[in-house]
Amino acid sequence: MEALRVLSPTAILGYGFPMESFMRGMEQHPHAIAVDAGSTDPGPYYLGAGYSFTDRMAVKRDLQIMISAALSEGIPVIIGSAGGCGGEPHLEWTLKIIREIAEENGFTFKMATVHAEIPKDIVLERMRRGKVAPLSPAPELTEKELEHTVRVVGQMGVEPFIKALETGAQVIVAGRAYDPAVFAALPVQKGYDKALAIHMGKILECACIAATPGSGSDCIIGSIRDNAFTVEPLNPGRKCTTLSVAAHTLYEKTNPYLLPGPGGTLNLTETEFIQETDRRVQVRGSRYAASDSYQVKLEGVKRIGFRTLSIAGTRDPNMIRSIDEVVEGVRERVADNFKQSSLDYYLDFKIYGKNAVMGPLEPLRKTQSHELGVIIEAVAKDQEMADTICSFARSTMLHYGYEGRVSTAGNLAFPYSPSDFKAGGVYAFSVYHLMDVSDPCELFPMEIEVVGRREKE
Amino acid sequence: MTRLMDVAEVIRSKNSGPYELTFDIIFKDWKMFREFCDRNLIHHGLVARLYNIPEKKIINIVPFHPAKAIKVTIERPVVSGALGDTDVYGAQQHAPWLSLEFDL
Repeated sequence: MEALRVLSPTAILGYGFPMESFMRGMEQHPHAIAVDAGSTDPGPYYLGAGYSFTDRMAVKRDLQIMISAALSEGIPVIIGSAGGCGGEPHLEWTLKIIREIAEENGFTFKMATVHAEIPKDIVLERMRRGKVAPLSPAPELTEKELEHTVRVVGQMGVEPFIKALETGAQVIVAGRAYDPAVFAALPVQKGYDKALAIHMGKILECACIAATPGSGSDCIIGSIRDNAFTVEPLNPGRKCTTLSVAAHTLYEKTNPYLLPGPGGTLNLTETEFIQETDRRVQVRGSRYAASDSYQVKLEGVKRIGFRTLSIAGTRDPNMIRSIDEVVEGVRERVADNFKQSSLDYYLDFKIYGKNAVMGPLEPLRKTQSHELGVIIEAVAKDQEMADTICSFARSTMLHYGYEGRVSTAGNLAFPYSPSDFKAGGVYAFSVYHLMDVSDPCELFPMEIEVVGRREKE
Repeated sequence: MTRLMDVAEVIRSKNSGPYELTFDIIFKDWKMFREFCDRNLIHHGLVARLYNIPEKKIINIVPFHPAKAIKVTIERPVVSGALGDTDVYGAQQHAPWLSLEFDL
């Protein structure tokens, strides 16, 4: 089989890439441009609130370049985990940007949209049939937990993308997807080895993070053949080495030899990384084992309240010495002051300079800093109540009379006015589970539209 | 005594999904990597002490030969982004490894 090339411009849609690198990639006539737009890394908020963690203008810039180049070359652009989390609002946000690009540039193209938000009643029904299992160490899903969940997405594999490619769509925009799927779909559709296609996707998904020097905002190209694939960065200032590529395999994984995904596990125990040129690495020997039943990973979040923060610092050595006592005292005062109204709230203090970064994992128990940063955090069922708790804790801490205090005018330095900030809704992961499906496409409905076609006069 | 920081090229931490924290130690040379593997220098007891966690919270310790690396994965004490979490991406939990000393 002839080599099939996939261009990966950037690690996350919106992270950007140098135009020169991209053009060097286009000169090699890739068969597809693919990009992963998402991650659970930024935490539960974005999935719950329906916002992207990437910037609109930056996403539009990347898409504009990719779509324009793909249309002139007659190749597909494949986007996975649209809008960062791949739920309905995230997908809609991305589609709006694409339609805008089409309109502004007079582009007309066929677009496939693949949805990945899973209705909760489907999850509930499967759960009752024992088809939903936690991804250890996540806890078992309960009906109550599911009821509180505001949004669930499923990670699609290559199959819905292949279905979209078969329609001849030039732009494929998908909700939440397994990161390698956007890169592996075309090779798998064309009959290349699935293990190699997925492994190539694993490397391409973070673009030049697999190169040295690494970068999440520079282009890389993958080329797959019968029994091997190669990866090469498109910026002459970077190279892929067997070590940089192998090291990337470790990234954000639990076990680098066994990489589970939708429908099966990629096995790297026999994988060979070969330095083909100074800048290009060849990979071969990866294997893929389909699982007994096809499982889709679900991600869901629940809203647990609203947050208000106050940011301050202290430079007083007596206060620093007494900080634990002060925090405890403030907690007690807040609890005591509102005990009549039986308020339900969460109050926390992050003491930067002591143990705010590592919390319970911090081995150093004593601070050696001459100043401490303090973040007071209140979470309650509505914003007003969170404001109340934060404000009261802040004023209490400011004037708290600890043992040995000499600076009686105030314990805290506030860098800003106002001192308190409404942080809005607070979310927590509630679903991180595997669900059995009988058809890899059943949870991911597709729509086809022609974008940019003018209405008849 | 040799500090881990002096024989490793990369020492990093990151989420592996919202429930796990994973550490990668990539060695500078093969000799050192093999010595660490052969002598089992990075073991459950060490990780438990280093992070003050029970051994059952350690998910695995895997040497990865293609990258001359040892990977350690533990359960997060607090799920990413949950109340009380301190590091949503898990990218700043690696420091205790840096000053670890070994008799090599």
